[in-house]
Amino acid sequence: MNEVVLEARHISKSFHDPVTLPILKDISFTIKKGEFVSITGKSGCGKSTLLYILSTMDTDYDGELFIEQENMKGKTENQLAYVRNAKIGFVFQFHYLIHEFTVIENVMLPGLKLGAHSEEEVRQRAIDQLRALDIHMLANKKANLISGGEKQRVAIARALINSPSIVLCDEPTGNLDKANSEVVFKIFKHLTRERQQTILVVTHDQEFAANTHRIIEMEDGKIVQK
Amino acid sequence: MKAGVILKVAGKLLFARWKQTLIAAIGVTFSITMFIALLSFMVGLNELLDNMILNRIPHIRLYNEVMPSQHQPITLSKVHQRRYNFIRSVKSVASRQYIYNSIAIQNALQVDDRIKGIAPKISAQVFFHDGPIDITGVVEGIDIEKEQNLFHFREYIISGEPENLNTVGNSIILGKSLADKLQVSTGDVVRVTTASGTHFVMKLVGIFQSGLQDIDKIQSYTSLATARKILNKPNDYITDLQLQIKNIDDAAILSKEFSERFGTKTDDIKTSNAQFETGSFIRSLISYSVGITLLIVAGFGIYNILNMLIYEKMDTIAILKAIGFSGTNIKSIFLIIGLSIGLFGGSLGLLFGFLFSSLIDLIPFHTASLPTITTYPVSYNPIFYVIAISFSLITTYLAGWAPSRKASKVDPVLIIRGK
Ligand SMILES: Nc1ncnc2c1ncn2[C@@H]1O[C@H](COP(=O)(O)OP(=O)(O)OP(=O)(O)O)[C@@H](O)[C@H]1O
Ligand SMILES: [Mg+2]
Repeated sequence: MNEVVLEARHISKSFHDPVTLPILKDISFTIKKGEFVSITGKSGCGKSTLLYILSTMDTDYDGELFIEQENMKGKTENQLAYVRNAKIGFVFQFHYLIHEFTVIENVMLPGLKLGAHSEEEVRQRAIDQLRALDIHMLANKKANLISGGEKQRVAIARALINSPSIVLCDEPTGNLDKANSEVVFKIFKHLTRERQQTILVVTHDQEFAANTHRIIEMEDGKIVQK
Repeated sequence: MKAGVILKVAGKLLFARWKQTLIAAIGVTFSITMFIALLSFMVGLNELLDNMILNRIPHIRLYNEVMPSQHQPITLSKVHQRRYNFIRSVKSVASRQYIYNSIAIQNALQVDDRIKGIAPKISAQVFFHDGPIDITGVVEGIDIEKEQNLFHFREYIISGEPENLNTVGNSIILGKSLADKLQVSTGDVVRVTTASGTHFVMKLVGIFQSGLQDIDKIQSYTSLATARKILNKPNDYITDLQLQIKNIDDAAILSKEFSERFGTKTDDIKTSNAQFETGSFIRSLISYSVGITLLIVAGFGIYNILNMLIYEKMDTIAILKAIGFSGTNIKSIFLIIGLSIGLFGGSLGLLFGFLFSSLIDLIPFHTASLPTITTYPVSYNPIFYVIAISFSLITTYLAGWAPSRKASKVDPVLIIRGK
């Protein structure tokens, strides 16, 4: 339980457009296995920016990022793609699904990409995942034909397909109504409790944050309270 | 496994905009079709013209020419050998206009396995008489059998029986224009005077049309025996030996070799018809450049559809990157899309190209100069199809290269933020 899954060491970032403006200032924290952590803060304080860095998609920052004790600095684009595929799961505010694919194909895609299991196994895992989120009856629907709440659950299933070390979410409930937000929250809670899944959520929803294990409060690009 | 995923994603994206994709593919199909049809037709035409020449002109001709001797007595003299000797107004001796030792040469050539066939010929200048008018012409004594084997002689006969040359004494075959000028037809009598002034009355047993006006206007044929009789020459008299060889590219080399070996002058088809090859080359060049131009246009079509696809699928690209597809993977996906369009459009193009050239092959085409040709000439060389499909794949690869690169460079953070 004390294994460190993610560690940020003195991460800083500035945007230079139009003038150089520091957005993140010396951010350091660690997240241990099985933790359910939320990041909150005012709009524009740099939460999303931080999350993109943690996700390895943004490599333009100072400081160091460790995922499972591995330094992400200096890795090639291909190596980072592998890390995202195998170790990180993503859930965005705007449930990004690939519309050409069916629900099950969307969920299977990272699994097929990883190639650790046969297509049949990946399909089985995807079905299990969908069933756990209670949306298995949507499996063969086109991804653009389901509701927002359903899409968000599909996105969660997709994030979990490769059993990632950590799931990163940027306002996963920001676009959902109260009922659906609660469903998503329960899913996260369940995942952390039953499967020791590590989850980091950026959220505006104070109630949501209050129910997580730990809140990281940000202000003007700095952590003010852990 | 991984390649499978990339193919699958490429397939999905390809069919997401299948109408536009189809239009891009049709562009490729159209250009490949035109490329093949054009090339098949042009090369068909080239082959037709080639055959027109190759069927009629010997690959190598052995003959002797009236010319001053290279070796004047003074050069044989030991005293003057090492000096420069100038002799003015050297005259030729008119005795060498036939091939010496023709029987022995023919026997030697017969056993040479580089040679496909030999046809001996006697060439003589004559005058044809039409009332008071004399028409200059050439009469050639030929072995009708060998001439048929080597030059498909019969194909040019438009009336009469060429075999009668051997059976009917003093018989002759005239070129069409010449016969028209003399106002004679098969069975009529033709009056001929030789260069030495002897008169002959000959029977017209056939009329030929070679397709080359210059030949049809002056040429006539008779048997070797009759030719010797007209010229009053002995039984082994021959002025030309015509050779068809197995590999026409060797013509120049063999020609030189025979010239030295048999001490005759030689002509070869490569040297004397060089301008003809230039014509063929230009025709092929035109077909290839038109075909390639069409392909480049089709390439721009593919470039456009891929660019549009990438612009539309920015979100998809961003998600793919977020869930672990690398830039290289994304690039492969779009290259595969481009190549699939090329392969699909190109294959259809091969099919339509074949159908189109078959269609051209059916169009009637009659020309007085080519009696054996009834439809437009078309060549079905498989190499055109190989070239066409390779070109279409190369063009689509190049057309897909820049858009794919662009796709691989998409920054997912910008896209996700932009939502
Ligand atoms: N590409 C960019 N160039 C310049 N400035 C940027 C860029 N991206 C973000 N910013 C700025 O960085 C700051 C932090 O943005 P970020 O999206 O991280 O905020 P946030 O905390 O996620 O806000 P919200 O809660 O509204 O999502 C903002 O002031 C934003 O204007
Ligand atoms: Mg944000």
